[in-house]
Amino acid sequence: MKFPLKNIIAVMAMALAFSSCSNDENPSIMANELEGLNKIQEITNDTHIVELYSPTGTLQQGHNTISLRIKNKTTNEYEKNATITWAPLMQMTTMSHACPFSAVTKTTGKETLYNGYIVFQMAENTMEHWTLTINYTINGIAYTANNQISVPASAKKRVTTFIGTDGTKYLLALIDPTNPKVATNEMTVGVFKMQSMMVFPVVDNFKVKIDPRMPSMGNHGSPNNVDLTQSVSDKLYHGKLSLTMTGYWKINLQLLNAAGEVLKGEAITDAVPTSSIYFEVEF
Amino acid sequence: MLQCIAAISLSAQEQSKDTVVPKILNEVIVIGKKAQLYQKQPKLLATIDEYLQQSGKVEMIKRGGYAWEPIINSMATERTVITIDGMRIFGACTDKMDPITSYVEISNLSEAIIKSGQQGGCHGATIGGAIDLKRNRSKFADLGWETAVNTGFETNSKQKIIGTTINYVDSSFYVDTDFMYRDAENYSSGNNQEVLFSQFKKFNVSTTSGFIFNKNKLIEASLIYDKATDVGYPALPMDVSLAEALITSLKFEYAPKLSKIENWETKIYYNTVTHRMDDTKRPLVAIHMDMPGWSDTYGFYSKVKGVFKNHHFMADLNSFYNRSIAEMTMYPNNPNENVMFMFTWPDVRTSYGGLFLEDNVVLNPYSSLKFSASLANHFNKVANQLGLESLQIFYPNMKESKNRILKSVSSNYFHNKNGFEYGFGLAYGERASSVSEGYGFYLFNSFDRFDYIGNPELKNEKSVEGNVSLGYATKKLSAKITSSYFHISDFIVGKPDPTLIPMTIGASGVKIYTALEYATIFNTDLNIEYQITANFKGKGQLVYNYGKDFEKRNLPFISPLRYSASLNYKVNKFSAEIMVQGNAVQTQFSPFYGEDRTPDYAILNLASGYSFGIEKSKWNIRVGIENILDTNYSTFSDWNNIPRKGRNFFLNINFAY
Repeated sequence: MKFPLKNIIAVMAMALAFSSCSNDENPSIMANELEGLNKIQEITNDTHIVELYSPTGTLQQGHNTISLRIKNKTTNEYEKNATITWAPLMQMTTMSHACPFSAVTKTTGKETLYNGYIVFQMAENTMEHWTLTINYTINGIAYTANNQISVPASAKKRVTTFIGTDGTKYLLALIDPTNPKVATNEMTVGVFKMQSMMVFPVVDNFKVKIDPRMPSMGNHGSPNNVDLTQSVSDKLYHGKLSLTMTGYWKINLQLLNAAGEVLKGEAITDAVPTSSIYFEVEF
Repeated sequence: MLQCIAAISLSAQEQSKDTVVPKILNEVIVIGKKAQLYQKQPKLLATIDEYLQQSGKVEMIKRGGYAWEPIINSMATERTVITIDGMRIFGACTDKMDPITSYVEISNLSEAIIKSGQQGGCHGATIGGAIDLKRNRSKFADLGWETAVNTGFETNSKQKIIGTTINYVDSSFYVDTDFMYRDAENYSSGNNQEVLFSQFKKFNVSTTSGFIFNKNKLIEASLIYDKATDVGYPALPMDVSLAEALITSLKFEYAPKLSKIENWETKIYYNTVTHRMDDTKRPLVAIHMDMPGWSDTYGFYSKVKGVFKNHHFMADLNSFYNRSIAEMTMYPNNPNENVMFMFTWPDVRTSYGGLFLEDNVVLNPYSSLKFSASLANHFNKVANQLGLESLQIFYPNMKESKNRILKSVSSNYFHNKNGFEYGFGLAYGERASSVSEGYGFYLFNSFDRFDYIGNPELKNEKSVEGNVSLGYATKKLSAKITSSYFHISDFIVGKPDPTLIPMTIGASGVKIYTALEYATIFNTDLNIEYQITANFKGKGQLVYNYGKDFEKRNLPFISPLRYSASLNYKVNKFSAEIMVQGNAVQTQFSPFYGEDRTPDYAILNLASGYSFGIEKSKWNIRVGIENILDTNYSTFSDWNNIPRKGRNFFLNINFAY
């Protein structure tokens, strides 16, 4: 008799253990939702808390991939069916303007997470700062949340704005590589133009020529780089960037329009060691 | 001075002697005679470099005062195999500043066996030939202690040399040690021009200890530790702060009784080489950089020699595993910038396993026929991910590893009758690309001023080789001429790629290792010795080399006509020698490979020696003058035309008791 009783107790104990495990399931999924992300800040309104995330937990001048989720203050649950748009705005002393940004979409494979990118072409300073407005609709009801966000200057040049020979103001942002390696790196750049102070659409069918150089080491370059062309799927410009050693690299750029005319930037020669438009990476 | 040529023993000569008079089967291991080779030299304590270049087959590429790179049959390190007592050792320097020959001291060398072409294939795949440096080993004839002190001084470069040899032999046990320390300042070329950054300092310790049991079995352990510091390389933009090598081995030797097997020798070995380049003492450095390199090798061989009827056969199973890493860190002038780092050798692992077979068939008392064949597997792998991805910038489809099969065959016929001898042979051999040729990454060559990029997709280099020799010897006169011809297909060289930008500041461009359709190399050397009277002996050597690629463009480091002649005088314990040596004008130079025309030169050397005994001690004193006329010259093999030593007085003393 003793043995079966023991067994029954054991089975019950195991069942308890399992059930307690299944209770913990939700937080573990939640943790998984945020894998590789760190919180930047929260933007709150009366009903919700909007949490902003990025891999580093900060924003910086240039291209930023931003994830967000919306927590219902009443239920403490994260919203799963929100339709979201955003509107970054630079509040300058005399005027304000927006910047290039993507739509906000649900992150694939996640339940509560949404994401998109914003390209901050300038950094904040003591007088001027960025604000972010999140507009979202849940079950047909529209909400909005707004707050100041911190966008410090990037250590290296990741975004460049200029007026092309066609008189249009363009904006190029380095997206990848975020973690450059001594290798052939996949390179991604966003090409935008300033249609108005508030509208910065992606430019189609251009070409970005690259010439990475090391100014500290005789301005030597690297072989087998592939100039960037636009991909149909994400509308961004993709190419290959060869970095033959660690250190500081200046990626000299030339922007060409659909007709192949150079709108900005110079080819590198002994007499022209650097282009007027460039990105920087250091690793 | 040419005395040593005989000792250097062009193998063909030795082989023919061996075969003509078949050896008696030995049942007991014969410990090689302690040759005291250096004591036969006019300059006792010459460096091994000075010693080797007396051979007609060997030249030395000179980048500084020390550690010259040997070239055999006009072919440098990649195409040759250099071993110490059969052990494979690989330099850790991407600029070949640490040749294997720098790890054996002359006082410890019993012989350097130089083999031409495929005859040198016993220790690994080669094209040009092989050198095996054999260290001294006590013989069991003189039991007890033997101690010797070597010391020397040279006025030019103020080189101070001190060394000791201490040996102990018992009836079944021996321990041999050799120590040598050299410290040289900058040397001066002719006309007293100081050659800056030509100093060096090094010491070498070698010890071998063996135990013999059952009369026919021997276990021997050996160790070499060599450390050079503050080595200047005037021909290069950098010096060396440290070149360190530890070379160890354990050997088992067995001579079966009453068997067809004469001798069976098995050795396992390990060696590690560290090399650090140093630009901190140079006045003008565009960018400071650290360039350390490491090379570790584990290996073994098992060699069986035997006789069956008229067949003298040998089989050698050998294998090694090498790991070569070299890196480069450049420090930007702006201290806030990150350092620039790359692997110049991306942790390249080489596994080699080969079987070498040789059969020497004695046809009759005058002639013999020798066949050899080898088959080897050569495997390379890039073990460092960063290094692999670096190379994949150039070769996007490159795999991390590559396997090669290397084959060789050779046959030689020898005939020797009434002092008249001749021989000829045909051979085919292959080699894999070296670590630099296959996997080097921006290796700057200060000779042609190009950055070199390795090519992991290179084919094996293949050589078809023919050789002939002709000799005549009487009691008074001996003369021998040997020639070899190599037709090398898929000849590996660097080819400029004008689309690439050099990394090194001041470099002219980038060369990618690639294969030429073929190249041809021809070498011939004539050695004559004549005993004029009982006291006087004359010697002469004449060497001619030729090398062209398939477009009839000259190959680099091909010697112009070179010659030496000496007159020796010997009476009782006194000896003297006067020698002239020189080169004709280098007309067949190669601008494509960074060469320019080297003018002719001739220098005059004088050496004399006196040996005597005081009670139980033996003294051996040598004094001499090198380059008596203080000629300012450089040769075809002097990297960037650095001048050679001007007038130099030397004093060497050997004292033994």
